[in-house]
Amino acid sequence: MRMEIRDVITGNDAAAWGARLSRVEVIAAYPITPQTTIVEKLSEWVDKGEFDARFIAVESEHSAMSAIIGASAAGARAFTATSSQGLLYMMEMVSWAAGARTPVVTAIVNRALGPPWNIWTDQTDALMARDAGWIQFWASNNQEVLDSIIQAYRVAEDKHVILPAMVMLGGFVLSHTAMPVVIHDQEKVDEYLPPYDPPHYVLNPKISKPFAYGNILFPWDYAKVRLAIQKAMENAVDVIKKAAKEFHEIFGIWHGDLIKEAYTDGAEIVIMGLGEVAEQAEATVEHLRQNGLKVGVVKVRVTRPFPKREIAKIADNVSHVIVIDRNISFGWGGILAGEVKATLHEYNVDTPVTAKIMGIGGDDILPEHIEKIVKELIK
Amino acid sequence: MSKTLLDELIEAGEYVLPGTTACPGCGSSLALRYVLKALGKDTILVIPACCASVYQAIYPKVAFNVITYNVAFASAAAVASGVRQALDYKGYEDVNVVVWGGDGGLIDIGAATVSGAAERNENIFVICYDNEAYMNTGIQRSGSTPPGARTTTTPLGKVVGFKKPMAFLMLLHGVPYVATANIAYPTDLYEKVKKGKAVKGFKFIHIFSPCPPGWRFDDSKTIEVARLAVETGYWILWEGRNVEGKIEFKLSPQSKPYLDPSKRKPIEEFLKYQGRFRGFKEESIRRIKEWMNIQWNLVKSMLRLSEEK
Repeated sequence: MRMEIRDVITGNDAAAWGARLSRVEVIAAYPITPQTTIVEKLSEWVDKGEFDARFIAVESEHSAMSAIIGASAAGARAFTATSSQGLLYMMEMVSWAAGARTPVVTAIVNRALGPPWNIWTDQTDALMARDAGWIQFWASNNQEVLDSIIQAYRVAEDKHVILPAMVMLGGFVLSHTAMPVVIHDQEKVDEYLPPYDPPHYVLNPKISKPFAYGNILFPWDYAKVRLAIQKAMENAVDVIKKAAKEFHEIFGIWHGDLIKEAYTDGAEIVIMGLGEVAEQAEATVEHLRQNGLKVGVVKVRVTRPFPKREIAKIADNVSHVIVIDRNISFGWGGILAGEVKATLHEYNVDTPVTAKIMGIGGDDILPEHIEKIVKELIK
Repeated sequence: MSKTLLDELIEAGEYVLPGTTACPGCGSSLALRYVLKALGKDTILVIPACCASVYQAIYPKVAFNVITYNVAFASAAAVASGVRQALDYKGYEDVNVVVWGGDGGLIDIGAATVSGAAERNENIFVICYDNEAYMNTGIQRSGSTPPGARTTTTPLGKVVGFKKPMAFLMLLHGVPYVATANIAYPTDLYEKVKKGKAVKGFKFIHIFSPCPPGWRFDDSKTIEVARLAVETGYWILWEGRNVEGKIEFKLSPQSKPYLDPSKRKPIEEFLKYQGRFRGFKEESIRRIKEWMNIQWNLVKSMLRLSEEK
């Protein structure tokens, strides 16, 4: 069947389509709101025989991540999805997946952490995995959710990378909100994303001779192994750019690569944010521009590897940077703001940064809130 | 003359090579040798944190001649499930996927993971060598430590609960094959692994595996201690299958005589060998006997169930 479908679907359905079009082979999952409908959709397709994959309904998120690590190490393309407490419960294995160099992809539907119980969006969950060795994509609309999952596999499985990747989407704001989405032609996706071909030994005695992975080693060897992850992250910068460029060539869609700029030409102030927060900022700036305010937006699409060079360059050309974080590191502040400030320091850029924390736990971030920050700065 | 099981065991290939970093008298490495002889080369070991993560040798060397995948403590049965599904998806259904771990990793921290894989009837082996405490981290109490045994977290032999009856719990999951084994009976262990290999679905084998440094006995006595566990009735050898909703339970010949308590050697003979039971209190002996009573009663009820038409 060579055709694309245009439909109005939720972010979670877009994530499921992203996994399906990527032809994932093993899915392991555990329910948690607001992620659940992703894996419900996938299991429905698998059960009906519409989609050829193995679905393992495991007993915990820890086991979901464990199972896809095993599947990936055996040479399969593997997927899971989770949110909030689920991500924290699997965190031991999230870190393990990077050390094991398993290029799995996970959709993270951002949700606030308890207590108190709160099912609405908040970016702190995924940012707690920032240092785990995963590539981190932040989608700002449902098309980007679908496309980022396909791109994430392309990047993760690149032989210069071989690291896991997570794709974030805001809980309810994207996960349960229907938007127009192009569901791509499978043959075009196959052209973009070839089958996973592991460049190392796999857990299969019919293919690989006996070997051991992960046994004890001494500190000097350990440091080499960890350095290799850092190198892979550095390699990922160019691989992400190439993946975005080729995606644009094949599908005609541009979500940006590590960042996406909007209205930055001639801007005096730029607003930076992640995911749907940046999408909201863009909508606000569109309006502010019409009123003659020289404001631009930088959607930080990837937080690992962090787009230091790109952010420093943009910041150097403006008189002020605003960073909006829907997350908090207690005792520090907004996490993205901290990353941006450190980047500017590293690149000797002295543009002032205004850090704002908004919309914690799903509280609305409205255009007037963003407009107020900009106007206070201009005044 | 036809080959005996012992001939077969001796002639089977060796997959635990010289050069392990196991302690002298290690029961676990011995057990793994027999297990791998039964499974052969088309085997993947998934190993959670345990003694085997250490005695496989230090990178870049490895003393196991099968694919060995080291994973986090609680994750092994789930990792193995993923490996199994990936191999089946790709058409490699004849590869053995085996979790090899201790009681800490499979009966304590990883118990939920093992239970999940059992409940899904994943076509994997979970084989636990039970040395009755966290030996690799330095002899801390686990859920499989007998009441009253001294460990570094029960330094005075405090009685805490009973030893968890993991093999029975597995049997109650309705999985196709569960067995207990003991390193003093290598042909029995070998045969049970072979039987499990012939069955599709979840297999659990619980191997009694004494630990000289952990239990404080001379490292030349491993087999004697292991055998005494059976002869005193402390460790019961059995196998159970779920065949179309009926549990077929068999007491292994080595344990059959001890169904009659008068045939058992006094439990003190097993305990006295081991420094972990030195200065053993009356309360502890009573608790161990209570625990043994529960195990034998479970065996008897399983045998009755099995005989019902």
